[in-house]
Amino acid sequence: MTCDEAEVMLHALVDDELDAGHARDVETHAANCARCAAQLAAYRELHQAMQRNNLRYTAPASLRRSIDRVVPSATATSRRTLLKGFAAGSLVSAAAAASVALFVVREDRDRRIFGEAVSAHLRSLQADHLTDVLSTDQHTVKPWFNGRIDLAPPVIDLTAQGFTLIGGRLDFIDGKPVAAIVYRRRVHVINLFVAQGFGTALGAPRLESVQGFNILRWNDQGLNFLAISDLNREELEEFGSKFERAARPPAG
Amino acid sequence: MAYEGGVDRDKAERFRLAALPYLDDVYTLARYLLRNTADAEDAAQECYLRAFRHFETFRGGPIKPWLLAILRNVCRAEYARRGMFAAAFADNSDEIESAAAGVWSEAQSPETETLHRLDGETMQRLMAQLPEAFREVIVLREVNDLSYREIADVTGAPVGTVMSRLARARGLLRAAWLAEEKSL
Repeated sequence: MTCDEAEVMLHALVDDELDAGHARDVETHAANCARCAAQLAAYRELHQAMQRNNLRYTAPASLRRSIDRVVPSATATSRRTLLKGFAAGSLVSAAAAASVALFVVREDRDRRIFGEAVSAHLRSLQADHLTDVLSTDQHTVKPWFNGRIDLAPPVIDLTAQGFTLIGGRLDFIDGKPVAAIVYRRRVHVINLFVAQGFGTALGAPRLESVQGFNILRWNDQGLNFLAISDLNREELEEFGSKFERAARPPAG
Repeated sequence: MAYEGGVDRDKAERFRLAALPYLDDVYTLARYLLRNTADAEDAAQECYLRAFRHFETFRGGPIKPWLLAILRNVCRAEYARRGMFAAAFADNSDEIESAAAGVWSEAQSPETETLHRLDGETMQRLMAQLPEAFREVIVLREVNDLSYREIADVTGAPVGTVMSRLARARGLLRAAWLAEEKSL
């Protein structure tokens, strides 16, 4: 081992990062090289002094309180007190507060959309307003939406994949008209809502559970998709991935 | 109503159990990187907010390096805001290299002198004067107690770079320490 190599390696020895073989190499070199031996001793001393002294800082109580507001413990607190907390927290910087507020507001909007999706789903199961157009033929359901809504939802027959197309209807979520495409799996109804402009930017499809229903959301080609059902998570995810795959035209 | 359904509440509780024990670590790194209590507090809070938001993406293992990596990103954004980003983190900045080389050679002469007398507060002050890239590595090693591998993960630098920066950081710190002792 040369002095150049030892110069960096002796730190790894001090930090106990070397395996036995390399540690022996460095020690052997230091035993035969006064300069490296002195360095090893010097940095060992520095390391020990840094370990001995308390060089840490303690998080102030105000920081802990701010974090408690962002991440409430099990015993906390409604969103109302959460927002109040931000208004009161004078040490929260404007930028941090803005990003938190954005987060809360978006979450609120998500919750509202979820709530309305659940209501729309329940409404569709009651009375007989599951479908406006009753057809298992995608070529009947798709054109039905023309002129009724300002977007062209992909209507895909997934009967072969185990999800039977029942029909479509017009519904409203978050004050906007949405296309509802209705599927059935065994006795479970799936409402697939297709809209534009609700939905935060999602990366991967996201599954959530609201009031006992599973909700799967994803975005594709500028459209927001929200599938809701009392179907179990696995099968709803299966539905989502089969729909997505079928919605994409085969390459080439 | 917030957190109905129990899902978010579970998540919040799991997050608190896993992440809150490292709040002092996060705050400490923020203090050393930003050198200012108010900014450090904001950065630590932002770090926990982001970490909570992305908690699903945390795939087990030690959570401390994960949190410190998030904190470091928050601090880099703060550097950018202050307009000192490039100087702070340019990997092979000639300036830092030559500054290091200068003190490094000084540090080599008085190896036999022993360090004494300096208290924790003085050491903190001397560490605060190190160039960013070196300060960050020595804090992660000596104060946050991360392994070389973990420091490499947090800083996005190869282990070899971590090792050479740490060697330089110690050289600079030791030189500063000896200078401080002489001035006492």
